[in-house]
Parts: sequence; C-alpha cells; structure tokens
Amino acid sequence: MTEKILILSLVLFSITIIVALFRIIRGPSMPDRVVALDMIGVTLLSMIAIVSILLKTKAFLEVILILGILSFIGTIAFSKYLERGKIIERKSDS
Amino acid sequence: MKTNDVILKTVTKVVVFIILTMAVYLFFSGHYSPGGGFIGGLVLASAIVLMYLAAGIEIVHKGMPFDFKIIAAIGVLLATGTGFASVLFGQDFLTQAAIAVHFPLIGEKELASVVLFEAGVTLTVVGVVVTIILNISEGGE
Repeated sequence: MTEKILILSLVLFSITIIVALFRIIRGPSMPDRVVALDMIGVTLLSMIAIVSILLKTKAFLEVILILGILSFIGTIAFSKYLERGKIIERKSDS
Repeated sequence: MKTNDVILKTVTKVVVFIILTMAVYLFFSGHYSPGGGFIGGLVLASAIVLMYLAAGIEIVHKGMPFDFKIIAAIGVLLATGTGFASVLFGQDFLTQAAIAVHFPLIGEKELASVVLFEAGVTLTVVGVVVTIILNISEGGE
C-alpha cells in the first residue's frame, strides 16, 4: 500500500516536471525559464527523497542537500545575470 | 540605478555557514558513507562562489586573501607527499595506514592517512574551481 502511494506520488512529480518543461520551452521571457528551472530542481529533490524511501537506503540524503545548494546558487547566478548583466562584480557598489 | 540587495547579502551570511558545515561533513564522512574529498571540495568551492556572488571580488579578497592557484598547488603537494611518506617507511608508493586511537571524550576512533590524501584532493578541487570561475567572470587577477 505504501509503495503504491509512493509510486503514485512519483508519477505526479513527473507530471509536474513535464508542466515546468512546457514553461521552459514556451516561456515568453527569460525569468519564466529561470523560475521553471528552480521548480524542476525542487521537484527533482523530492523525487530523490521518494526514491530513497522506495529503495530503503540512506545513501541519497547527501544528494538531496547538495542538489538544494546547487539549485539555490544557480538561481541566484541566473537572476544576477538577468538583472545586472554580469555575475561576479569586481567591486560591490553599496 | 541604485541597486539594493540586502536580502541576498543577509541570506548569504546565514547560508554560507550551513554550506561550509555540509562541506566539512562530506569531507569527514567519506570513509564509511557517501562523500569524500572531491565532493567536499566542490561544496566548499560553491560556498566561496556564493560569497563572490553576494559581495563582489574585492570584499571577499579583503577577508580571504588567498591566491587559489597556490592553494591548488599545496593540495597536489599534500597528496603526493602522503604517497612519498610511505616510501620513507619502506613501503610501496601510496601505501596507506590506519591506527586506532582512544580519544578522551568520543571513544575509540580510527585515524587513517587517507584523510591527508583526501585533504590534498579537496584543496586541489577548491583551488581549481575558484580559479576557473574567477577567470571566466572577467574579474581575474
């Protein structure tokens, strides 16, 4: 019973990724694509958690944390590029 | 245009310490569970890159005045040095040893010389990744 629920949630997460993929392909502007990529990152993280429950292992828990960190840093880098044109500045202007 | 990124800077001040703790955990857990020098070095480098993103190159260099090329060189020296240390004891190159040491508070722990090799790998990865990112981001030296 638990396994069926987990597989059902995996299917639902897959549908979420497909919907976000539609936003990446058809997105009219660049920020739409960045938000969709961030959403795919979070969804993938949840799918890894469910897969690690299904496989009854604790070996994937570091992967979840690292994927969260990388998705965060990638989104920040993209949004700094969209706002200012360069990612790492020589000198902070504040 | 005056930009205001106080939220990014405040979040970075908290999150960098979490990422650094994660890097240290991954480095030390590499013997018995997933982790190790390479991925620990990558997470450490991502924390440094997050600081560069939030504060700019000059401010980070004021607090952390390392030349990352020298850090990569120190890492390679450490990794090959642990290999040659086993030659000095009459063993083959890169032979690793481990001893069990009794610590006063945390009990019996195993100290292995692989940790020094992994520290070399970590320093090399951090130096190489940060050097690449700084050089392609038009900052450079």
